[in-house]
Amino acid sequence: MSKSIQSVQCEHLDKMDIVWDRPDTLIDVPMHYCPGCGHSVVHRLIMEVVQELNIQDITIGVAPVGCSVFSYNYMDVDMQEAAHGRATAVATGIKRVLPDKIIYSYQGDGDLAAIGTAETIHTINRGENIVMIFVNNGIYGMTGGQMAPTTLKGSVTSTTPTGRDLSIHGHPLNIAEMIAILPGAYYVTRQAVNSAKTVRKTKKALLRGFKNQIDGKGGVSFIEVVSNCPSGWKMTPLQSNKWLDDNMLGTYPLGDIKVPEKIA
Amino acid sequence: MAKLHGHVTINIENCKGCELCTDACPQNSLNMSKNINKKGYHYAILVEENCTGCTNCALVCPEAVMTVYRENKNRIIKPAPMASIDSKNISVSIS
Amino acid sequence: MKKRVSEKILMKGNEAIAEAAIRAGVKAYFGYPITPQSELLEYMSAQLNSRGGVFLQAESEVAAINMVYGAAGCGERVMTSTSSPGFSLMQEGISYIASAELPCLLVNVQRGGPGLGTIQPAQSDYFQAVKGGGHGDYNLIVLAPNSVQEMANFTYLGFDLADQYRTPVLILADGALGQMMEPVVFPDYDIVKNKVDHSSWATRGKKDGKQHVITTLHIEPEKMEIINNHLQEKYRDICDKEIRFEATKTDDAEILLIAYGLSSRIAHHALELARDEGLKVGLFRPITLYPFPYRQIRALTKKVDSILTVEMNAGQMVEDVRLAVGEKVPVHFYGRTGGVIPQPEEILEKIRAISIAPQMEKIF
Ligand SMILES: Cc1ncc(C[n+]2csc(CCOP(=O)(O)OP(=O)(O)O)c2C)c(N)n1
Ligand code: SF4
Ligand code: SF4
Ligand code: SF4
Ligand SMILES: [Mg+2]
Repeated sequence: MSKSIQSVQCEHLDKMDIVWDRPDTLIDVPMHYCPGCGHSVVHRLIMEVVQELNIQDITIGVAPVGCSVFSYNYMDVDMQEAAHGRATAVATGIKRVLPDKIIYSYQGDGDLAAIGTAETIHTINRGENIVMIFVNNGIYGMTGGQMAPTTLKGSVTSTTPTGRDLSIHGHPLNIAEMIAILPGAYYVTRQAVNSAKTVRKTKKALLRGFKNQIDGKGGVSFIEVVSNCPSGWKMTPLQSNKWLDDNMLGTYPLGDIKVPEKIA
Repeated sequence: MAKLHGHVTINIENCKGCELCTDACPQNSLNMSKNINKKGYHYAILVEENCTGCTNCALVCPEAVMTVYRENKNRIIKPAPMASIDSKNISVSIS
Repeated sequence: MKKRVSEKILMKGNEAIAEAAIRAGVKAYFGYPITPQSELLEYMSAQLNSRGGVFLQAESEVAAINMVYGAAGCGERVMTSTSSPGFSLMQEGISYIASAELPCLLVNVQRGGPGLGTIQPAQSDYFQAVKGGGHGDYNLIVLAPNSVQEMANFTYLGFDLADQYRTPVLILADGALGQMMEPVVFPDYDIVKNKVDHSSWATRGKKDGKQHVITTLHIEPEKMEIINNHLQEKYRDICDKEIRFEATKTDDAEILLIAYGLSSRIAHHALELARDEGLKVGLFRPITLYPFPYRQIRALTKKVDSILTVEMNAGQMVEDVRLAVGEKVPVHFYGRTGGVIPQPEEILEKIRAISIAPQMEKIF
């Protein structure tokens, strides 16, 4: 194989520390996601947290219907794949019969904030001691880029060919703010994965969420991750991450929305 | 303060050429190869020796193909599993 | 200690299912209120949490069935109960459960439909119950009790069959059976002995080093077909082994009544009235509606002159009876709908008419 750009070699790797490596809990297979898709990053972060907290043996995840439907092929924990929108009902069923296990649900915006809105609200309202991970890419990625409840005003999708018209399609749904008022919501935060900095913060948020559950804190730890969908947005990965910064975060500002006083 | 010396190895066969790592690298140590991997993607490679091991590239990489190394001044020698690194991170052995 | 076995308790059918489920070691019950099954949910709410299980009132039948999916996926004994409109809402989840081969017990205490319908007893969810109900090629084992005692018995049986075949089992009852009070004896049941070990596939945390996944998605059609072939093989096995029925006075019968559940009780009453008049009437009662006793009914066509199917719907099981009988003997139908219960005298009237002119009326 000939190479036009020479890659740099290192002679003394043995004298260096490995400061970052793929977590063992992330199954070593190529993921099916489009290049640059944030789902992959969120999967990896969850598995980093599972590994660091040493809870692989007691963790059960629930996959949604959406692009991340196959997430059990990557996250090396026991998993159940739920019907579209019902991940938190399934998670409830699991947590209620196995209260000592660590349960998380993983959902897209169509799954969590459209078809599954009732389950979302009531799971949180019951204060299930689980982690809910919400990947908000403002679009229906899996079905080919249709409008999601979180799609921004004016955004062109395959079902809003002239852009989302608020008078016809309603408004982008800020579900995190909505559910934060529920007593069953213990910790609500909105993060992103479009830069190293935001990835670090998302990791911290996930860590906090899982720790909450381990500590048996009453209520849901709700971690929204504003993410991209290069394919659905019809952008390159780099453009999508920039667009996320410039557009998504105006409607979905990052940061903690509800933090329990003791850990604030 | 002098910057620490670092290094990254990349499992190029799983790289999808998204370029997020090259964009995230504060040192501009990474670039996209003109070559393609088996999946047909131009893959990322380390092209400069100025890597500090900051891990930014690894954090943004959707495919988790990076391994990041950093020099450790406090440590005499680390029995790093060279063999396994070599087999896993193809870029090390490619020339 | 006095044995509880022979203790007779006066109970509603709905409560008998709940009590039997608890005695069968049900670990979780998820449900949503709907008449005429709410006593089951209420009994569970009062009893289950203090008797080793978890009761949870869900926000909808959709949520309830998906909670069942989650808990059943952990290999626990779980159940839900509802009535007709709620059972419609559960269909997607039941299809997932059947596909993922999760054992669980479902109860549909039917009421009159379609639509919101009535709260009176009906049997108009027969098609939905025995032909799958949701999307895709699957079947439920469907048990049709006709007494409070059987409501209890079939609850134990339902859990056992669900475990044995890794399949959802449905008790198809109706509002009358749910509401009526009858003495019931709860048989001895050894939970430990009867509970099947599901640890080889259940998601309980990756303990044995092997990842367990509950999924129903198999993108490649060839793979999906393999799953389907496996399911069909299981259903064939069930059809071979699990057919249950009851035949009354069929030996000398000229007219054979076929009815299940509540209508079988009414048909039995009509049989007695007819016998009093010297009419030779028998009764065949399918107990499993799936697997349906096609062969057993077909065998009876050698003896009887005509068949009368009695149902509380516009004619659903009669289609399976006609499938079993073919052209061998005329098959008649008598049914009332919308929650109206047919009276024995109405059936007797029909029996009399058939005894004079046994040839089949035009179906269409
Ligand atoms: C009951 C039902 N309705 C519709 C669908 C089709 N469907 C699959 S995924 C999806 C939307 C997923 O969007 P989202 O939850 O935002 O996930 P993403 O792919 O964007 O990550 C839809 C509508 C389905 N599988 N089931
Ligand atoms: S369609 Fe969008 S969300 Fe789905 S994998 Fe591709 S980029 Fe990711
Ligand atoms: S570790 Fe930091 S400096 Fe080194 S290549 Fe990656 S991003 Fe660049
Ligand atoms: S971020 Fe990862 S997948 Fe994307 S180009 Fe860099 S190494 Fe390849
Ligand atoms: Mg989406």
